[in-house]
Amino acid sequence: MARSTGKDAQALFHSLRSAYAATPTTLKIIDLYMGFAVFTALIQVVYMAIVGSFPFNSFLSEVLSCVGTAILAVCLRIQVNKDNKEFKDLPPERAFADFVLCNLVLHLVIMNFLG
Amino acid sequence: MVGKTESQNGAVKATAAPAMNLESDLFSNFSFKSFKLKTKQQELLLRVSILGLVYILAFITRLFSVLRYESMIHEFDPYFNYRTTLFLTEKGFYEFWNWFDSESWYPLGRIIGGTLYPGLMVTAAFIYWTLRFLRFAVHIREVCVLTAPFFASNTTVVAYFFGKEIWDSGAGLVAAAFIAICPGYISRSVAGSYDNEGVAIFALLLTFYLFVKAVNTGSLAWALASAFGYFYMVSAWGGYVFIINLIPLYVLVLLITGRYSMRLYVAYNCMYVLGMLLAMQIRFVGFQHVQSGEHMAAMGVFFLMQVFYFLDWVKYMLSDTKLFQAFLRITVTSAIAVGALALGVGTASGYISPWTGRFYSLLDPTYAKDNIPIIASVSEHQPTAWSSFMFDFHILLFLFPAGLYFCFKKLSDATIFIVMYGLTSMYFAGVMVRLILVATPAVCLISAIAVSATIKNLTSLLRTKSKTAVAGSSKGTGGSKASSKASFDQSQPFQKNGAIALLLGAFYLLSKYATHCTWVTSEAYSSPSIVLAARGAHGNRVIFDDYREAYFWLRQNTPPDAKVMSWWDYGYQITAMGNRTVIVDNNTWNNTHIATVGRAMSSYEDEAYEIMRSLDVDYVLVVFGGVTGYSSDDINKFLWMVRIGGGVFPVIKEPDYLVNGDYRVDKGAAPKMLNCLMYKLSYYRFGELVTEYGKPPGYDRARGVEIGNKDIKLEHLEEAFTTSNWIVRIYKVKPPNNRW
Repeated sequence: MARSTGKDAQALFHSLRSAYAATPTTLKIIDLYMGFAVFTALIQVVYMAIVGSFPFNSFLSEVLSCVGTAILAVCLRIQVNKDNKEFKDLPPERAFADFVLCNLVLHLVIMNFLG
Repeated sequence: MVGKTESQNGAVKATAAPAMNLESDLFSNFSFKSFKLKTKQQELLLRVSILGLVYILAFITRLFSVLRYESMIHEFDPYFNYRTTLFLTEKGFYEFWNWFDSESWYPLGRIIGGTLYPGLMVTAAFIYWTLRFLRFAVHIREVCVLTAPFFASNTTVVAYFFGKEIWDSGAGLVAAAFIAICPGYISRSVAGSYDNEGVAIFALLLTFYLFVKAVNTGSLAWALASAFGYFYMVSAWGGYVFIINLIPLYVLVLLITGRYSMRLYVAYNCMYVLGMLLAMQIRFVGFQHVQSGEHMAAMGVFFLMQVFYFLDWVKYMLSDTKLFQAFLRITVTSAIAVGALALGVGTASGYISPWTGRFYSLLDPTYAKDNIPIIASVSEHQPTAWSSFMFDFHILLFLFPAGLYFCFKKLSDATIFIVMYGLTSMYFAGVMVRLILVATPAVCLISAIAVSATIKNLTSLLRTKSKTAVAGSSKGTGGSKASSKASFDQSQPFQKNGAIALLLGAFYLLSKYATHCTWVTSEAYSSPSIVLAARGAHGNRVIFDDYREAYFWLRQNTPPDAKVMSWWDYGYQITAMGNRTVIVDNNTWNNTHIATVGRAMSSYEDEAYEIMRSLDVDYVLVVFGGVTGYSSDDINKFLWMVRIGGGVFPVIKEPDYLVNGDYRVDKGAAPKMLNCLMYKLSYYRFGELVTEYGKPPGYDRARGVEIGNKDIKLEHLEEAFTTSNWIVRIYKVKPPNNRW
């Protein structure tokens, strides 16, 4: 039973890897950016677990800033990905401009909330 | 159509005499020019002019009380909003944001900067500063009085765009017209009702419209706009909890019905993260978005979406479905386990606070009556009667199910949203009268869909009828075709008449709606509450301005640091107009303090004097309606004082004041009732007054009985002021006797 699930997991992993290798480089860059944001958020949560959560607004603002940039990166990836038929008539420049604008608002609010 | 009138034009030209050449030239020029407009431009002109008229209508229908009385702030809560806006314009935003007020809730004070929703005040101050910048010398009070009608007009514009998004521009126009005069909305947004809801309904509809637009287009810019709309709503009203629960519920419904798409992901996530961040900037809201049980649905749906779309992406990447099934099973079970664990730990440890009483009583309507008498005592929190629904909605009440039918016929992301908004808000409107306001935009929009779709079908029936008749007559030839057309033509005449009859019926209904709404606005919702009007014996209008008389007496005749004790209803008005410190006011944040005042009012004079000395009270204010027949006075509210006081101090027992369960003030009343402080203060010297011809002195016109205890002597208080119609009575607390 364990061996079959182990083999299943390995097969899953291999097929995922090969499918992912086929994605274009631009999307891979966005995925890397998103991974970095999530990684930073995890480090911050670990730090909070060690040090304590005072002042809470600073902790919230840092976590939400990481989560927010990750989300916005995912939204950008969705809109720029040529395989998505819903967004095929959205020019990628417009998607990127929206991304920049939302990030600007996000970071301005974070700076206010950081305290 | 154009051809026919052009031929008419030519006929006019031919018959005009040469002497009148100039006039006919002008006339023909004008009529020729007016038909240079293409159909699209004509339609645009029609739409813009209709919307403009609806905008003006929404504003002027709310001006009844300004025309009948004067431009003043109504009711109780708006006086607090007015006082804070005044403070904001005088002292600036920084002082306002960090304001600690020692003039209310003596001796505790109140952190106003951290316990109010600043949206309304900042909006009014912004309008005031803009007008001042343009050199209009307005007073802040006029701006405050007219803020609500102005935002009601803006709501009609948003309703038009929302209707256009859901259905088409015709439905949008009808929705704008409905919401401009709907009494459910007018009740809280007349000129002078300077309350949070006036701005909040605009923010609510704007947020919903922007979100639906974001879901329809999938654009990050619209999602950002809806996050800003949500921020404005959070800053304006505590009812934002409705938005933060309805939108996740809507997303959940879309996920379940299989309508999920990438646009939904973009719209919801951007709006949730940015909206949550922006909302936490309001001090009163603070960290509730991550700590309060009422906001957890949004977070739950957020995580659910991540899992859902991640699975969707993996499914798209994998070609083998069996592997995917295994992966699916593992991920789903682990996600559910982690989510349940987190929720359980959070709730059990108390980190995620449970639903507060205010909102819990919406889910369980009997909760407040048993546990929280202050919430139960507010008249706006009672369940709604059918008469209230009919009064506030009129024909929209039966157009609502019709609109639901049309929405279900043409399901799309937007119509699903409006159906959900309509159903949930109607449920809440049934639980609490006050929430009819939140249901009004949904009801107006859905009814507009019904009206627009019906009228469109009827008029298209009329139009196709005439078109096929014309086509049939012009073609003529083709035997089989002619016969079928003939049979078609035969059934037409009844259809055409039926369509005309139905259209006339619809027109009649809509005109009845307009009449009803105007009548309701004029009769029921335009009274300022602080100024009372009645008909005198000769039919002339008699104005009772006692409240303001009393507050200004306080302002001008008492030392500036005097403390006034009254029931919490009048607290805001006393601080705003009387400019004196009060013990309790309408914010009702401290139940024990209010119970102390309730206990003082229900005790004998000696015990009450002890309590008043401990609170440093200098003046006591009571409202008495026995001379004028005014029924919202303190004696009628007295049982609530007893209940609230008794809830905290068991020494006050409600049965002591009742006789066989009856609340009486005449000779047969309970002895405790006849000698308590409230009774003495209300009826002091009243026993000598003749109020009605043919009745004995001391006849209470509000209760309709002769009072029981006419010989009232006050030992520790003395009468300071009674207004001209005895409505407000102020007593001074005497300092303790000298000890010798």
